[in-house]
Amino acid sequence: MLNRLLFIVVLTVTALMVTSAVNASPVETFEFRDEVTKVRFQALSKELRCPKCQNQNLADSNSPIAADLRRELYELLQQGKADSEIVNFMVSRYGEFVLYRPRVSSITYILWFGPALLILIGIIVVIIILRKKSTVKEKLVLSAQQQDKLQQLLQTNKVDASQNSNTDKKEKE
Amino acid sequence: MNKVIRFLPLILVIALGVVLYRGLSLNPQDMPSALVGKTMPDFSLVTLKDANRTVTKADLVGDIVLLNVWATWCPTCKYEHPYLLELANNAQLKPYVKLYGINYKDELLPAKQWLTHYEDPYQFSIFDEQGTLGLDLGVFGAPETFVIDHHGIIRKRFAGAIDTRVWRKEFEPLIKQLISEKQQGK
Repeated sequence: MLNRLLFIVVLTVTALMVTSAVNASPVETFEFRDEVTKVRFQALSKELRCPKCQNQNLADSNSPIAADLRRELYELLQQGKADSEIVNFMVSRYGEFVLYRPRVSSITYILWFGPALLILIGIIVVIIILRKKSTVKEKLVLSAQQQDKLQQLLQTNKVDASQNSNTDKKEKE
Repeated sequence: MNKVIRFLPLILVIALGVVLYRGLSLNPQDMPSALVGKTMPDFSLVTLKDANRTVTKADLVGDIVLLNVWATWCPTCKYEHPYLLELANNAQLKPYVKLYGINYKDELLPAKQWLTHYEDPYQFSIFDEQGTLGLDLGVFGAPETFVIDHHGIIRKRFAGAIDTRVWRKEFEPLIKQLISEKQQGK
């Protein structure tokens, strides 16, 4: 019950934070030719990083340079430029840095393939550990000789136990 | 072997700590310009002092150029200004190095007043009201200073104010190199 209440509180707080973040976005009015261009604008302004305020994208930031770049982005879209052309335009001026999703190149290999590599290493480690455990189990299997001895011990134990129980019963009687 | 594995997490955590600690002292604003090694972009804009005079890339190319982005709305530009005057009047540099300004996203009148009030270190200032040349140069604030060689190729971009220390460390070696390149006719 308490858990559920906590969950609801966290959910509302997060929802509030999200809506207030939306409210904080800079307001500009752009008229788009069609819905597709609008969606492309929104997508690109989220993917491109503001060069001045480095932890914000163009859509988020209200710094003058971000406003300029949004306007430039809008104009490039109105000119009918393709997404890749627009990205190239930005990269040739501000460097790879403006891309939140960096291109695959020799310096970004570690970014792109690092996580997969780590997961792979993790899987390998888990497999090795599991293998080791199963070999330990195999060692626990008794040899024929040991099995015999175990049987003997158990039997003598049983005999003892039955005798004991017999004596117990007798005592009770 | 087993002992080494036992210490592996500790070693990894220490390595991570070293990487993150180093990250603390890096300046995130210090990023290489995408334009270093490329030619100066074309432009056609009027000068700040004379609205009838249109200048283009051709007006800049030929000398070793310091291209300084400035604006009246930028406090650091004010701090930098006296040193720019000093550079412009430096007898050793004068024959080789020309200082030009880009008045970036500014208003005409205050910018003109700035130059009369604080003196004008620039050969001329390009009046880039809309920031179009700034955009082509990848400018994202002021002050910024570009070093352009005598072939019109951008050799350096520096974001921030220039003072004696910065000049000695960041600019002087490059300027010397460029002067000798020019003298050798490269």
